[in-house]
Amino acid sequence: MTTRLGLTPSQTVGPFLHIGLVWPDGPFVVPEGTAGAMWIAGTVYDGDGQPVPDAVVETWQADPDGRFHHPDDPRGAIPSAVADFRGFGRCETDESGRYRVLTVKPGALPSPDGGTEAPHLNISVLARGLLNRVVTRLFFPDEPELNRADPVLSALPDDRRATLVAEPEGEGLRFDIRLQGDGETVFFEV
Amino acid sequence: MTETTNHLLLPRYPLVEGVHPPLDSPGYRSTALRHPVQPLVLLPQRLTEVTGPLLGEERVGELDHDLTRQHEGEPQGQRIIVHGQVLEEDGRPVRNTLVEVWQANAAGRYRHAIDNWPAPLDPDFTGVGRCLTDDRGRYRFVTVRPGAYPWRNHDNAWRPAHIHFSLFGRAFTQRLVTQMYFPGDPLFFQDPIFNSVPDERARQRMIASYDHDATEAEWALGFRFDIVLRGPRASVFEEEDDE
Repeated sequence: MTTRLGLTPSQTVGPFLHIGLVWPDGPFVVPEGTAGAMWIAGTVYDGDGQPVPDAVVETWQADPDGRFHHPDDPRGAIPSAVADFRGFGRCETDESGRYRVLTVKPGALPSPDGGTEAPHLNISVLARGLLNRVVTRLFFPDEPELNRADPVLSALPDDRRATLVAEPEGEGLRFDIRLQGDGETVFFEV
Repeated sequence: MTETTNHLLLPRYPLVEGVHPPLDSPGYRSTALRHPVQPLVLLPQRLTEVTGPLLGEERVGELDHDLTRQHEGEPQGQRIIVHGQVLEEDGRPVRNTLVEVWQANAAGRYRHAIDNWPAPLDPDFTGVGRCLTDDRGRYRFVTVRPGAYPWRNHDNAWRPAHIHFSLFGRAFTQRLVTQMYFPGDPLFFQDPIFNSVPDERARQRMIASYDHDATEAEWALGFRFDIVLRGPRASVFEEEDDE
């Protein structure tokens, strides 16, 4: 019955997002030189298959032990064993639509229903032409068992699930994001 | 099914319908090739969604809240104070959360490589600010009033003057980027970005109010802009059982 205030609506970041949203250390979820760190990189495409050069990709994830240093993690907020682990990454796309973040693989997570969530990154994409962020998830290709049992991934239609599983590329991973059209990435309402 | 074996009681952030603009908003032409066509899939809120980056003092420099003092001289234009509170839906303040802003200068020009319309740059203005909210959720910036600027979306298209705001709250679910507009702007009627928000009352919530109490004599005009983020409800399982 309590009165709830009206939310402030979302608006696009616009074409000049680089002024406000670029951090020099943005792509570094972990510092360079961190044991086990890998680059996750990819391209953001529009509905014509053209790269999107004015987007920001943000990532959020658990640490390798599957923990969050956050008061709403009911298992307790504990600092990560990985030094200077931020959990958060942010990278603007370049003129060829590419972004990248340096991170470590998160651990699996317990789910409130007693199941297990496969290791994943939550990803927000903000861009000119997006009036609100779109949200997707990245899963890891070397976790076929956990991915198969993951409550989010396993609920998706077979032909769309692959859009959320990154591909090995060099020493790291590739995760392209297709905003629209053929091979459109699965996006979530959170 | 509803038995909890590992006692993971998480806050839940209910979805609020009818506030945010549809991603497919034909009046804003750039949405045409950038909005997903497939329906969004509902993502249950679990640990990754109810947590989020708690960014603190390390992200904020000493003069980041004052966009008029980041260069040798003072920028051109009308000096203003923009302040307000970051709140959750139930009115609770969001404390110690990062607020990022960016804007055009007084002539309506951004300090950005692709902004090259014939309005002057100001060597004393970058147009970027950051601060943390205090323990009552309050933030405050000193800046200059941004100008309107033309864009090519439609014939004789002009963006109403605005300041971009980026907010994190404390959970992934709360992330918000919006734009703050100024009261009485005559350009609202033709702006498809402002008007992409379908609900009239929700649109009004993007407009700051002139605040005479915040206005400082002989110095600067005050504007108040409160920002409301999605708020949590206490217990997840009771509500889910109701459904």
